[in-house]
Amino acid sequence: MNRLEQEQQHLVTVTLNGVSRSGRAETRTLLSDFLRHELGATGTHVGCEHGVCGACTVRIDGVAARACLTLAVQVDGRRVDTVEGLADRDGMLNDLQQAFRRSHALQCGFCTAGILNSCTDFLERVPMPTEQQVRDMLSGHLCRCTGYTPIVAAVLEVAAARQTQPEETIDA
Amino acid sequence: MKPASFEYIRIDSAAEACAQLAEHGEDARILAGGQSLVTVLNMRLAQPQRLLDISRAKALDYVRIDGGKLVIGASATQASVEWRPGLAKEVPLLALAFPNISHFQIRNRGTVCGSVAHADPSAELPLCLALLDGEVVLRSRRGARVLKAGAFFQGMLMTARQPDELVEEVRYPLASPGTGHAFEEFSSRHGDFAIVACAAAVNGDGIRFAVGGVADRPRVVTLPRLAGNALDDALNDFAWELEARDDPHASAAYRRHLVRQIGRRVIEQAGRAIPSAGGH
Repeated sequence: MNRLEQEQQHLVTVTLNGVSRSGRAETRTLLSDFLRHELGATGTHVGCEHGVCGACTVRIDGVAARACLTLAVQVDGRRVDTVEGLADRDGMLNDLQQAFRRSHALQCGFCTAGILNSCTDFLERVPMPTEQQVRDMLSGHLCRCTGYTPIVAAVLEVAAARQTQPEETIDA
Repeated sequence: MKPASFEYIRIDSAAEACAQLAEHGEDARILAGGQSLVTVLNMRLAQPQRLLDISRAKALDYVRIDGGKLVIGASATQASVEWRPGLAKEVPLLALAFPNISHFQIRNRGTVCGSVAHADPSAELPLCLALLDGEVVLRSRRGARVLKAGAFFQGMLMTARQPDELVEEVRYPLASPGTGHAFEEFSSRHGDFAIVACAAAVNGDGIRFAVGGVADRPRVVTLPRLAGNALDDALNDFAWELEARDDPHASAAYRRHLVRQIGRRVIEQAGRAIPSAGGH
């Protein structure tokens, strides 16, 4: 059991995109605010703050989840992956990001970080999804620019490409 | 849209949760997946003094088959049940209902017990528990008690849980041979709260039919194996019994209409879904 007092700053350490990072959080600090304000990881966007819009979706221990419905103190000691971790260290976009760019799957980009995180988790579990499965997964995200069609196309394209060219193992 | 302050206590076991609940009662709230609770905290519709976070309690994170039931612990996520390879054979109704529950990203963190404990009248997991006559295990320092779903759900967001009790596990009966199931709901958009949700289980003995989103809790009716006009009449009687009300999403008359239409469809689907005797 671990008890954290209210209205005090508590040390929270996470493995953010493979790097150990620490910051301070009150018990009531949301993970979305902790990432942006405390760790400076502003790639995670904040929209509705009640779990509907999907903009703040990150991966916690690999699983896509809303950062706005997670307390920072809940992820102490866990792995958190955000959009900043998708491209490689030289800034080369990964295959999913490149497909989004080719397919015009984003315009303003506000929703994109969350969608990329959902797609990353989803494609690991469902490597060859149907269009309907992709649309069901995307129903957890609001995009007001694209009409979703180019996003669906990008996801299906990546899924197909990964079948013919298995992703190289990049974990060191 | 930020929560008010609270004390945060990370809980590792049912015993720890019960000790805290015994001490603090209504001042403490269990935080499991947080997909409903953190929303209302952000909106400050709830301002508990203490959150008891069971989301990392390994002792409560289990899904297993025991005594002819699928037993789901308090910390087990909806995804951990939904992605079970055998779910469609074990509890086919749950496999049919899960895609209707909010979204992939929410089910990844939301818990089954949390949804049951929250008791939203339009929620799918309480509806399935009611239809299947499942059980809720409530634990406190005073001991454990097991309630049938019909006794547990008492009204809109109201249950038989006492302030010192933890919803420790829920138990969904496994499908019995010769029974077919069906689930369908109507909402404004996929993943939204159900305006009407219907579930049915049909076998040689008769029909069990349940409706969510209309009354203040999931409501179940047992019918003989009716068809045609007799089934329509029975569904109409049940639709009126639910005492539907007008709200900004749908009128009472429209809800009754949906109960009659979707009700007939799920009952017919469940009848067709009865596995053939040869097991083919």
